[in-house]
Amino acid sequence: MRNRIFIITLLSFIYLYPSVAQDNHQQVHQDTTTLQSSNTQDDHTQTGESHDAHADHEDHDHAAFDPGATAIHHISDANVYSILDFVRIPLPTILYANDKGWDIFSSGKFHAGHHEDGHYSYNGYVLHHGSVHRVADAGFPMEGSVEVEGYAHKQEEKNGKKVDVNYALYQGKEYRLDARSTMDGGILGGGFTSFIDFSPTKNVISMILVSLFLFLMFRKAANAYKNNPTKAPSGIQGFLEPVFLFIRDDVAIPFIGKKHTIYLPFLLSVFFFILGLNLWGQVPFLGSVNVTGSLSVTMVLAILVFIIVNVNGNSHYWGHIFWMPDVPIPIKILLACVEVMGLFIKPLTLMLRLAGNISAGHIAILSFIGLIFIFGKSGESLGGSLVGTAVSIPLTMFMMAIEIIVAFVQAFVFTILTASFIGAATEDHHHAEEGHH
Amino acid sequence: MTGTFAAIGAGLAVIGAGLGIGMVGGKAMEAIARQPEASGDIRSGMIIMAAFIEGAALIAILLSILMA
Repeated sequence: MRNRIFIITLLSFIYLYPSVAQDNHQQVHQDTTTLQSSNTQDDHTQTGESHDAHADHEDHDHAAFDPGATAIHHISDANVYSILDFVRIPLPTILYANDKGWDIFSSGKFHAGHHEDGHYSYNGYVLHHGSVHRVADAGFPMEGSVEVEGYAHKQEEKNGKKVDVNYALYQGKEYRLDARSTMDGGILGGGFTSFIDFSPTKNVISMILVSLFLFLMFRKAANAYKNNPTKAPSGIQGFLEPVFLFIRDDVAIPFIGKKHTIYLPFLLSVFFFILGLNLWGQVPFLGSVNVTGSLSVTMVLAILVFIIVNVNGNSHYWGHIFWMPDVPIPIKILLACVEVMGLFIKPLTLMLRLAGNISAGHIAILSFIGLIFIFGKSGESLGGSLVGTAVSIPLTMFMMAIEIIVAFVQAFVFTILTASFIGAATEDHHHAEEGHH
Repeated sequence: MTGTFAAIGAGLAVIGAGLGIGMVGGKAMEAIARQPEASGDIRSGMIIMAAFIEGAALIAILLSILMA
């Protein structure tokens, strides 16, 4: 009964908050001429059965459909949780700039429109393509809220590389925009800029929701086991018990051995977390978030694996890394270098494998949906759209079926590799080297 | 220009993945033909191996997307 009350309050909060926090952006913006014109008339022609967020591209009468940019936009993170462009749940924005300090406000203040572009700026920050940018030029009003007419972007040379620079248009002038700081050291085009974005974004909210859902599911099963230990499993237990036994008997025990009970909670958490997030990202109606495809999330998981494996490594593990027994001395030194590299490369491959598989699947599905718009020339040709739909729907359904398999397999592969690394780090020294040890 | 090279790189990576997974699949088919009662174990092993090989190819594809 308490469980039921808890679930009812949780669901009512989840359903009531968007209806209260939404802002009706249709009344807000006026029709001024902009570079990326946002039409107030929402002409969502229902072509295709998923990813309605693409439908607004047909409204742009002078912007051709760019499948690459659309795909990248849809696998990126955003500060607004939008579900199919009907519901936009504004998330809190927490920003820190070195010269200004903290800025905490709701991203509803940006009044996001099409392409998740904000119509208003706030304290010098704007919302462009779903993420917060800061105006870097001094002439822009840094306090309060002003209306931004549009956004533009150009390619400029920076250190010999061509980069995309975004501009905000205000009162006819262009103001340069700074993206948020990233810690990738410039490899992926990021680096430290004038502000740091701490906001809970789409990915963060998805992770919280999936964790909550998993917690409720497992709590229900655990209570059923506690209250009725001899009863045959039913309901959610019927789904969880085989999976749990599979992870324990086929992943944890063969690789880790006797001490598997210590690491079993971590292995199960990693498996269900990754599986839940993979499947959450596959449903287009939940906001088409791409959580496990984002390198930051998988990097954190890989760092956790790195910490757990190396903190629990025993002396044989470290001995094998730095001073491999039973080989000549020159080879020992060579192997030490290779093994130290392998120490970092193994979690790195975990991170890249999961992010690459899930991102590539999302990009493939988005490209197939984009076929509809390419064939239909962004809305100009109805016959083309129909042909595109006929081609795209079977391909997309096939790709989504493959993605469900990939979701399970990637979660399983991450778990089994983690178990293998933990087993290698904690195994007792009994099998090899019978000769002299 | 970097876009062209990135696409060529991704294509080369996929050649390797295709060869690898093809070999795994072929050997799995032969093994199932030899011993049909082990087909369940062979099938699950095949899928896991394919995931590893595909992971390597997808790392290359991810890098080429990011570099261009």
